[in-house]
Amino acid sequence: MVEVASFRIERIQYLRADGTLAAPLPPWAEDGEELVRLYRAMVLTRAYDTKAVNLQRTGRLGTVASSLGQEAVAVGTAAAMRPQDVLLPSFREQGAMLYRGVRIEELLTFWGGDERGSNWSGPREDFPVCIPVGTHAPHAAGVATAFKLRREPRVAVCMLGDGATSKGDVYEAWNLAGVWRLPMVTVVNNNQWAISVPRSAQTAAATLAQKAIACGMPGVQVDGNDVIAVREVVGRMIERARAGEGPAIVEAVTYRLSDHTTADDARRYRDDAEVSAHWKEEPIARLRTFLTARGLWDKDKEEQLLAWCAREVESAVEAYLARAPAPATDMIDYVFAELPAPMRAQRAELVRRVARRAEGAER
Amino acid sequence: MTAMTLVEAVRTALARAMAEDPTVLVLGEDVGKDGGVFRATEGLLERFGPERVLDTPLSEALFVGLAVGLGAQGFKPVVEFQFDGFSYPAIDQLVNHAGRLRARTRGRLSCPMVVRFPYGGGVRAPEHHSESPEAFFAHIPGVRTVIPSSPARAYGLLLAAIRDPDPVVFLEPKRIYRAVREEVVDDGRALPLDRCFVLREGRDLTLVAWGAMIPVALQASAELAKEGVSVEVIDIATLKPLDCATLLDSVAKTGRCVIVHEAPPSFGPGAEIAAVLASEGLFSLLAPVLRVTAFDVPTPLPRLEELFLPALADVLEACRRAMAHR
Ligand SMILES: Cc1ncc(C[n+]2csc(CCOP(=O)(O)OP(=O)(O)O)c2C)c(N)n1
Ligand SMILES: [Mg+2]
Repeated sequence: MVEVASFRIERIQYLRADGTLAAPLPPWAEDGEELVRLYRAMVLTRAYDTKAVNLQRTGRLGTVASSLGQEAVAVGTAAAMRPQDVLLPSFREQGAMLYRGVRIEELLTFWGGDERGSNWSGPREDFPVCIPVGTHAPHAAGVATAFKLRREPRVAVCMLGDGATSKGDVYEAWNLAGVWRLPMVTVVNNNQWAISVPRSAQTAAATLAQKAIACGMPGVQVDGNDVIAVREVVGRMIERARAGEGPAIVEAVTYRLSDHTTADDARRYRDDAEVSAHWKEEPIARLRTFLTARGLWDKDKEEQLLAWCAREVESAVEAYLARAPAPATDMIDYVFAELPAPMRAQRAELVRRVARRAEGAER
Repeated sequence: MTAMTLVEAVRTALARAMAEDPTVLVLGEDVGKDGGVFRATEGLLERFGPERVLDTPLSEALFVGLAVGLGAQGFKPVVEFQFDGFSYPAIDQLVNHAGRLRARTRGRLSCPMVVRFPYGGGVRAPEHHSESPEAFFAHIPGVRTVIPSSPARAYGLLLAAIRDPDPVVFLEPKRIYRAVREEVVDDGRALPLDRCFVLREGRDLTLVAWGAMIPVALQASAELAKEGVSVEVIDIATLKPLDCATLLDSVAKTGRCVIVHEAPPSFGPGAEIAAVLASEGLFSLLAPVLRVTAFDVPTPLPRLEELFLPALADVLEACRRAMAHR
C-alpha cells in the first residue's frame, strides 16, 4: 500500500462570535484603520442589500440575491486582492464588487434589468456576475493562464457557492489550475444552502476545502463570519499564487441569513430557529464588539456611518431611477464588434418594432 | 503556391496566424507533440513552443471556458476538439458566455476565439465520431458558424475566423480532409465571413450545400449539365450569420432550390434556408424548395451510415423532381 494523501483541514478563526480574539491578530490587523475600513464596507454592503430587497418588493428592481450575513466573505476577499487582480464573482458577491469600485448605481442598473450595469467604470477587467452556477470557474482559469503566459504578477479570484462545488466545470477548472500551477484562488462561499438544498446533500466530503487535495493544491477553511480570517487567509493564498506557487481553495464557512433571492421563501425548507441561531454568529456585530472593545468604535461613529450609508444608497437609487433608458438597438449593436451584414435586416425590424410599439402607446 | 489537402490548409493557416499575431494560442487535447489526431496542429509546438501550443486536460467545456478567460484578457485562443460528438459539453460555455460576454458587458469585455473540430460522416468511424451538429452551433446568438469545403476556403476562412474579434465555431469536413489537393497561396489573405460562395453559375436550379456535401453537389451539377440542366452551386460556407442576399439573388434567377446537408432534417439548417426563401423569395419560386438530408435518427454505425448520408443519386433525384416543375 502506498499512502498518497493524508490530510487535515485547517479552520482558521481570529474573531469569535462574541467578538473576543481566538488567536493573536495578524500584523496588518493591528492597524485599527484597516479594520474600520473592513467594518464600513460590510455595513455599506448590508445597507445596499437591504435597500435592494426593498426596491424589489416595491417593484423598482428585479430579482436580487441578498448577501445578508455573508458580508465578511465578500469584503474580506476583495480586501485581500490588489487592484490589478481580477475578480470573477457569482451573483451574491456584491460586497466584493463594491469594495473593488463597482458603484451601487451600477449594481442597481444590472439588477434592474439593464446590461449597462455591467459596463462599470471601476475594475474594467473584472468579470460580470455569473448566473449559471460555477460556469465562471473555467474563465478564472483562462484569466489566470493569461497572467501566467504574460508573466504578470496578478491573480484571478473566483468566488462561488457550496452548491457550485458539485459542478463538473468547477472541478475541471481546479484540476487544470493544479496541473498548470495557475495563479487562481477560489473562494468557496459556503453559506450552507443552495436554494433549498443543504450543504450535506451536495457532497459526502467532510469539507469542501478538501476537494483541493485531489487537484494538487492547498485547501483551507476559514470562519467566513470573521472578516479578519477571510482577509488574512485569502490574502495568504493570493500572495502565494502571485509568487508563482500555484492555486488554492479557501472555503469560507458562513450562513445565508436571507432567502435565496427575493423570489424565494426559505421558510418552506428551513426552520426559523436555525436562522435565529445563526444570527448570533453574523460578521458585523462581532467586529463591532471587537472594535468597540479596542476603543476604535463608538455609538457616534456608528450613527454617522449608518447615516452615511443611507445617503450613499439613496443617492445611488436616485441616479439609478433617473437614468434614461438604453436605446433598444443596444441589444443588437453589442453582440458583435461590428454588425454583420446579414443582421442589418433584423436591426431594421427592431427599429420598426420600436416605432410600432410607440405608436400603439400613443393610441 | 503549393498543392494542399484541406487539413494541410488548416495547418498552414494556423501557422500563419500564429506567426503574424503573438496572441494566437492553440489549445486542446493532443495538439502538442502529437499534432492533433488529424495532424492539423503538427509542427506547431516545435515552431511556436509550449506557451503557444497547449495540451489541456481532457475536458471540452473547460477549454472553451478557458478560452473565454483568455479572450477577455486579450489572447486569441484557437481551440480544437477531436471529434464532433464531443463538442456538446462546450455548448454551455458558448451559449451562456462566449456568445454574450460582449453584449452583456456592453462592449467592456469580449472573447475572440475559434473553436474548430472535424465533423461529419463518411469515414467509417466509431460511434459518436460522425456527427453533423452544425445546427446546434448556428442557433447560438453571438457566435459565427463557419464550414469550409475546399483547401483554399479552409485557409482563407480560418484566417478570417482567427482575426475576427468575436467567437467563431469552425467545423471541418473530415471526410474531405485529404480527399483532394488544391493550390493554396499562403499569402495571409483571408476570405470574407458572413458570405456564401457561388461555386458554379447556373440558370435553372440553385443547389445549396456545405462541407463534404459540396463535392457531391458539384458532381450533381456536372451530371445535370449533361441533361441540359444548368445548376448554380452555392457553398454556404458561413452558416451563421446567413448570407440571405446571395441565396435570394440566385433563386430569383433560377426559381428552384435544392438544399443538401448531412445533418438530420428537423429544425436543421436546411429548414432555415427554406424559410428564408419562403418569406423573401416565394414569388420567384417555380418549384417547391426541396431538402436532401440525413434522417431524424442517431447517426448509425458504419454499416448503415452510407444510407443515412445523402449521396449523388439522392441529390440528382431531388433536382430532377424540382426540374419537373416548369
Ligand atoms: C447551472 C445552474 N443550475 C441551476 C441554477 C439555479 N440556481 C441559482 S442559484 C442556485 C443555488 C446555488 O447555490 P450555491 O452555489 O451554494 O450559491 P448560493 O446561492 O448559496 O450563493 C441554483 C440552483 C443556476 N443558476 N445555474
Ligand atoms: Mg450556497
